[in-house]
Amino acid sequence: MADFLQTLVAAITAGSLLALIALGYTMVYGILKLINFAHSDVVTLGAWTSLTAAMFLLPRMGVDLAHPAWWAAPLVLVIAMIVCAVIGFGIERLAYKPIRRAPRLNALITAIGVSLLLQNAGQLQYTITDGVKPIAAGVTSERGNDPATIRLQTSVTIAAGERYVLKITPKGSPAPIDRVLTMPAGKYPAGADLRFDGTIGRAQSREASFQLDQIFTPLRLPFGKTPAVAPYLLPPVNIYPDYPRYVWRHEFQSSFTAPDGSQQPMKKMLNIAVVDVIIVIVTFVLLTALHFLIYHTRLGMAMRAVSFNTDYAALMGIPIDRVISITFVIGAVLAAAAGFLYSQKFSLQQTASYAWVLLGLRAFIAAVVGGIGNVRGAVLGGFLIAFVDAFGSFYGTYLFQNANSYSDVLMFGLLIAVLLIKPSGIFGSATREKV
Amino acid sequence: MLDYAAKPRTAEPSWLGGLIAPAIVIALAFVLYAVVRPITDDYYARVAMNVGIAIIMAVSLNIVNGYTGQFSLGHAAFFAIGGYTAAGISYYASIELWNSPAAHEGLFNAQSGLFLLATIAGGLVAAAAGWLVGLPSLRLRGDYLAIVTLGFGEIVRVLLQQTNNQLDSKAKIAAAKWSELFPPPLNAARSFINIPNITNFFWVTLMVGACLIFAWRLKRSTFGRAMIAIRENEVAAEAMGVNITRLKVWAFVFAAFFAGIAGSLYAHLSFQLNPGDSGIQRSIDAVIMVVLGGLGSISGATLAAILLTIGNEWLREPTHLWYYVLPLLVLRLIFWPANRMKAAIGWLVALGLAEGARSLAIYEGVAPGDYRMILYALALILMMILRPSGLFGTREITDLPAMRRKLLNRKSVQRGIEVIQ
Repeated sequence: MADFLQTLVAAITAGSLLALIALGYTMVYGILKLINFAHSDVVTLGAWTSLTAAMFLLPRMGVDLAHPAWWAAPLVLVIAMIVCAVIGFGIERLAYKPIRRAPRLNALITAIGVSLLLQNAGQLQYTITDGVKPIAAGVTSERGNDPATIRLQTSVTIAAGERYVLKITPKGSPAPIDRVLTMPAGKYPAGADLRFDGTIGRAQSREASFQLDQIFTPLRLPFGKTPAVAPYLLPPVNIYPDYPRYVWRHEFQSSFTAPDGSQQPMKKMLNIAVVDVIIVIVTFVLLTALHFLIYHTRLGMAMRAVSFNTDYAALMGIPIDRVISITFVIGAVLAAAAGFLYSQKFSLQQTASYAWVLLGLRAFIAAVVGGIGNVRGAVLGGFLIAFVDAFGSFYGTYLFQNANSYSDVLMFGLLIAVLLIKPSGIFGSATREKV
Repeated sequence: MLDYAAKPRTAEPSWLGGLIAPAIVIALAFVLYAVVRPITDDYYARVAMNVGIAIIMAVSLNIVNGYTGQFSLGHAAFFAIGGYTAAGISYYASIELWNSPAAHEGLFNAQSGLFLLATIAGGLVAAAAGWLVGLPSLRLRGDYLAIVTLGFGEIVRVLLQQTNNQLDSKAKIAAAKWSELFPPPLNAARSFINIPNITNFFWVTLMVGACLIFAWRLKRSTFGRAMIAIRENEVAAEAMGVNITRLKVWAFVFAAFFAGIAGSLYAHLSFQLNPGDSGIQRSIDAVIMVVLGGLGSISGATLAAILLTIGNEWLREPTHLWYYVLPLLVLRLIFWPANRMKAAIGWLVALGLAEGARSLAIYEGVAPGDYRMILYALALILMMILRPSGLFGTREITDLPAMRRKLLNRKSVQRGIEVIQ
């Protein structure tokens, strides 16, 4: 019972994420008849943008990452959504719009090109390198002591945690000697003595002039690097003991067969984590909003019309370009949400990790199984794929030993079976080929 | 679409005429092996052989994607199947026969005969897999077929990860239980290593020549013309009596056979194979070569394979940008003669931007190799936007002089071709 319920929880969580991603694939395919290979990279981008925002922005806003405020997660989510929406809009305008009338194959290659571009741009470690700016100057105040002291000629403020370079120019020496130092924090007026940690070698016994430079990093993106400390804004795992991690825990009595053949009692825990519940709630809210947008607004009607027949929609006065752009933006926003939630549920891997590619492929299979181009089908397909995967992997191990390593075979086998039996997907309507 | 290459020939070639090309290939193979290889640096030799393997991959995929118009994204699966089969045969047979998987000296010896047999066996197993993949293509078309072939590649990758551990001596093979021999001992998710290093200029040239001659003759045969008819209009081709079912499956079988041979060459060149070789990246590389070269054009696929493989190597250290921009510039002027002035200015601007980016990268202290794949991806997108029909379109290199005369003399002809295409 505990196993079944735990697998169910895992399947629902994974299904929510897959549904969010699959929607992006299916909406773009419905309108442009294009497999947007770059969509999984937008998901990755969402995860990493949220991570960057959390590591860069939150500490500067006074948020302790070990005990994040309640608004930290929504803020980061919104930032990731905005960034991904801009990127999605840019991809559509710059790469897909010029080839809208081109043959299918060319569109597909362009999509692959965009995917390669995003993957490899994301692997660059730093976009902007360290800079150095001089903040103070000084001369030796006393000689022969360790640690040495500088008599400042200008006033300076030393901040904790920042890195400084001390440039020491001994009298008569042509070039300065650089030392990277950490300084005691505080505010120092001109004429004060500034003590620093560590020795400065021969220079301390000689008269020297000093220049203090601060090392600054305008923007350091942690792309392509596994972050040292991933900020978990939603408490998922055993990191903070004082934080509420579970919504509901229950202990089930179970049994297992001991080596001597007897049945031994055994306890099994069912854990429903806060992050699982949040994933389901966020997905439900986003899907409801999307459903309302598509089926109850004028914009949604325009999207459906463009998806039905682009040329006729244009004749009816629907602004095709704007509708297509909005579709991409919506897909990217959902992808950003999925990326953020995924990064909170699972630990982050590198951007080029195969896990991201497989996540994208899986979501794509979900879209195809549900009937590509069909919004409701994508959601149901996402859950179907997640259920087949979770239950197949778990209960398959009863059949043979390493069944869960075949989960990708199961996925693609399911895909091929669905395509051979009903190529338009389970919930898709059959299209007739015109001669 | 106008297809100049499919122009019917006036006279049947004599059987003797058919032997000229194979004779040239064999002679070239000997010359490259005996004369050129000894004076070539090891690194350049390796790049050259990679180019050969890329040519086989691109030209064979061209049979499915270019001639028949079936979109396959799983070409690397055949590559990996052929590679693993051939490598498995030559590795274990070498251990059984000579107690060591090390390669023997010389061009022709018992081991190279074994290599040839293993390569053909790899090709045949890959062809069988191609037959298996070709079957769904009867029901699926376009994007759906692409997804199924992509899925096939992933399935092959996962299955290769489930193989047994590699056995490295005669004694271990003799002592192995059946459960260690099935699934075959191909070292699971780790690389299958110590494959005898037999591939050399001779074998690569021979196989590339065989692949090119086969593709060339196929294109001009009844088979090939029927395949092109399927690409142009499936319904019309069926109405004309083309057996669509049979031809689609044959296209996959032919393509898979040569991909398997390429896999075998690669395995015996690089000592090792890993399941990732059947993944999506290698398939996409092959598709990109076919599309950049022009769908259905053998010369185009060959040229794209050469340019992309060499370009990718050069981009590792882009200190001499001119070296690879200049050939492109010349090509651009040849194949896009309309308004040469504008084209030249466009290229100069692109060159300036690239040089600027390079200087910036050097100034910022970033390793230029970091930008290799970004430049590759950008080039791909730009190519698709600016020249969607590829370098050659559907033409071949033999069509060039006639085409150029027409294009230079009569602008209306050129405009007409653009409209039709």
